[in-house]
Amino acid sequence: MNMVQALNSAMDNMLERDPNVVLMGQDIGYFGGVFRCTQGLQGKYGEHRVLDTPIAEGGMVGTAIGMAVNGLRPVVEIQFADYIYPAIDQIVSQLARLRHRSAGSFWAPVTIRAPCGGGIRGGQTHSQSPESLFTHICGIKVVMPSNPYDAKGLLISAIEDDDPVLFLEPKRLYNGPFDGDPDKPAVGWGEHPHGEVPEDHYGLPLGIAKTVTQGDAVTILTYGTMVHVCVAAARALGVSADIIDVCTMAPLDTDTIAKSVQRTGRCVIAHEATRFSGFGAELAATVQEECFWHLNAPIQRVAGWDTPYPHAFEWSYFPGQNRVIAALKVALES
Amino acid sequence: MGRRSRLHIPQAPARPGDRPDFSYLETSPAGAVARPNIDATCQEIEPISAALIRVLGDDDSAVGPWNPQLGPEDLRTGLRHMLMTRIFDERMLRMQRQGKISFYLKSTGEEAVSVAQAMALRPSDMLFPSYRNQGLFFARGCNPVELMCQCLSNTGDMCKGRQLPVLYHWKEGNIFTIAGNLAIQAPNAVGWAMAAAIKDEDNIAATWLGDGSTAEADFHNALLFASVYQAPVVINVTNNQWAISTFQAFAGGDRGPFSTRGLGLGVPGLRVDGNDFLAVHGVTQWAAERARTGAGPTLVELVTYRASAHSTSDDPSRYRPDSEWDDWPLGDPIERLKKHLLALGEWSERQHHALQSELEENFKTAWQEALGFGTLTQGPQLSPDSMFDDVFKEMPPHLAKQRQLLRKTES
Ligand SMILES: Cc1ncc(C[n+]2csc(CCOP(=O)(O)OP(=O)(O)O)c2C)c(N)n1
Ligand SMILES: [Mg+2]
Repeated sequence: MNMVQALNSAMDNMLERDPNVVLMGQDIGYFGGVFRCTQGLQGKYGEHRVLDTPIAEGGMVGTAIGMAVNGLRPVVEIQFADYIYPAIDQIVSQLARLRHRSAGSFWAPVTIRAPCGGGIRGGQTHSQSPESLFTHICGIKVVMPSNPYDAKGLLISAIEDDDPVLFLEPKRLYNGPFDGDPDKPAVGWGEHPHGEVPEDHYGLPLGIAKTVTQGDAVTILTYGTMVHVCVAAARALGVSADIIDVCTMAPLDTDTIAKSVQRTGRCVIAHEATRFSGFGAELAATVQEECFWHLNAPIQRVAGWDTPYPHAFEWSYFPGQNRVIAALKVALES
Repeated sequence: MGRRSRLHIPQAPARPGDRPDFSYLETSPAGAVARPNIDATCQEIEPISAALIRVLGDDDSAVGPWNPQLGPEDLRTGLRHMLMTRIFDERMLRMQRQGKISFYLKSTGEEAVSVAQAMALRPSDMLFPSYRNQGLFFARGCNPVELMCQCLSNTGDMCKGRQLPVLYHWKEGNIFTIAGNLAIQAPNAVGWAMAAAIKDEDNIAATWLGDGSTAEADFHNALLFASVYQAPVVINVTNNQWAISTFQAFAGGDRGPFSTRGLGLGVPGLRVDGNDFLAVHGVTQWAAERARTGAGPTLVELVTYRASAHSTSDDPSRYRPDSEWDDWPLGDPIERLKKHLLALGEWSERQHHALQSELEENFKTAWQEALGFGTLTQGPQLSPDSMFDDVFKEMPPHLAKQRQLLRKTES
C-alpha cells in the first residue's frame, strides 16, 4: 500500500470496529478528500459517520470536541496543516486542557489529521511543518509517521488513544519514499519493505521511537520525510549512522534517543520545519541533558531556513542530502 | 415512539451521472427589484436582500432601477477586460499543462464579478481579493506581463518567487497581497476602511471571498467590525455554487442567501446576478456610494458559477455533472454583455473577433516578454539568496548566517 491507502485502511478498520468513530473534514465525504485518504469511506459507512464539513477549522475542531465529550471518537482532517490556525484556540485552550482543568472529569479523544511538509511546489500555504507549535502545548500528543506501515499502525493507536492526538502526514511521502533529490524519477512504496501493510487492524504504540538503520559513528534524530533523506545522506557519505525515526514528538521517547547517543557520542538532528524554536531545539536540549558526558562533538541541527517556504526556491529551502552531509561531516570531524 | 433529532446532511443538487438541476436557484426578472436610497436603513433594505437583482433581460436590453446607465465606451471597456481575463486564464492553463508554470486557477464564468466591480470603484479604493479575482488586475490596468512573471516565479515576479501562481499583489494599483488562507483578508479590508474613516479620507475598501469561505470565523469578524464601526467597506461573497467538491449548502446556502448573513448585525445585503455585468456594476456603485457617504457597509452576494475546475489540481468530473455549466440559468457574462452591445448597435461580430485576435496576439507577445525574465527552470533565475530578504525589514544575524550557509552548500 502507499501511505494514502494505509491511512484509508486504518480509518476503514476503525469505522468498522468502533461505531463511535466518525470522520469530519472538508471534501472528505463524497469526494474522498483532496489527497483521497478517505476515498470510499462515506459510501461504506454513510453520511452520518463520514461528514463533509463547512470550511471552518475552528468549527470543525470545536464541534469534534463536543462530540468526543459526548462519547464519539472524531477524526478531523485539516486539508493542509497550513490551514490549522483558525482552530488554534480550540486546540490549545479546550482540546489539550479539558482533562487537566476538569481534574479528569472531561476529556476529548479527538484525532486531528493534517498533511504537512513541502516538496510538492505548494508555496508557503501548502508546505508548512508546524509540529513544534503543538509540541509546546501540554496535553496533546503529536505524531508523524514516515512510511505506510507506521502510518496505519500509529493512526489506529491515535484514534484509540483517550488523549487528543495531532497526526501529521508528510504529504511528500504519500505516494512513495523521497530521498530529497527532486530530479530522480519518483519511486512508489511497492519496493519498500514498509510499503507492506496488512489489511487487518493493528496498532503501533505512540511515544516509541524506531531505529531505522543501526550504526555506531553518529546518531541521527529525525522524522517524517527527512528520515529518507538522512538514510540516503548517510549512505552517500558511507557513514555508519544510528538513524532514529522519532515517530512521536510528544510524548518523546527519551530512552531510545539517550541510549543511542550515549553509544555513538555524536548527534545530528534533522527536520524540515524552520530551525529557530523548531522541534530540533527540544531534541538537542534532551540530548544535552541525557548525554552531555558522552558527547564528542557539538550537536548539529539541519532544518528549513527561518523564512516562509518559498515557491521558487523549494529545493534551496528544503534541507536536502547536501545539508545533512555537511552536518554529518562537522559532527564526525570535530 | 417519540420523534428524535437527526442530522441534516446538505446534498448537492446533482452528482456525476445526474442531470444538472438548478431548480434551487431563486431568480427574478430583470428590473423587478427596487433600488433603495443610498442612505436607507438596514430594515428598509431587508425586504429586497434576498431577491436577485438583474438588469440585463432575456431580450438583451437593460432595464430597471439598477441600470448603471453606462455609455457604450464603458460597456466596450468592460467587455474587453472580461475577455482579457478569460483569454488570459485559458493561456495560463495551457502553460500549466505544458509544465511552464507549477499551478493555475481560473475564474472562467465569473469575469463580470471582478471587472464590473473594479470599474464601479475608484482607483484609490483598496481591494482585498481572493485568488479568483484576476479581472480586478485587468480592469485596473495591470500589465499582463507582470501577472505572467508572477505565475512563472521569475526575475520579473512581483513576489520574488515566494508565492504560488495567482497569489498576486499590486501595490501601485491598490490591490492587496492575496493569501492562500481563505477569508483571512476580510477583516483586513474592514480595518483598512476603518483607518480611512479615522483619517477622514473618502476612500473605501472592498473585499471578496467565496461561498465556502463564508464559513470561516474571519468572515463573521469582518461583518461584526463593519457593523459596529459602520466602516466604509463592501464585503463581496462570490457564490459560484462550489467550494472544491463541496456544494454551497455546506456553508449554509440552503438556509437563506449569503446576502442576508449580515441582517442580524444591521449590515444590509444585496443579492445580484453575478453574470449580469450591468447589475453587478449598478449594485457595486450603490454600495460604494453608501460606504463613501458614511451610510455604512454592505454585504453583496454575487450569484455565479465556477465554470472550470477549482484549480489545476482538481478534477470536477468526480463530483459534479460535466454539463452543469451549459445548464447554468444565468448564462455566460461575456456572451450576455456582448449581446447587449450588439442589440444597442454598438458592437459587431466582426469587432468581437477582431478584439479576440488582438487580445490573443497581445498575450502571445506578453508571454514572450515574460519568458525573457526566465521560468522556474530556464533562463535568468532569481538568486535563492533573496528568500532571506523581507522576512524582517532588516536582516537579523541568524538569517545572514543561514544565507551564508546556503551559499556554501549550493556552491
Ligand atoms: C483556511 C483554509 N482552509 C482550507 C483551505 C483549502 N481550500 C482552498 S480553496 C477551498 C475552497 C474554497 O471555496 P470558496 O470559498 O467557495 O471559493 P472558490 O474556490 O469557489 O472561489 C478550500 C477548502 C484554505 N485554502 N484555507
Ligand atoms: Mg465557491
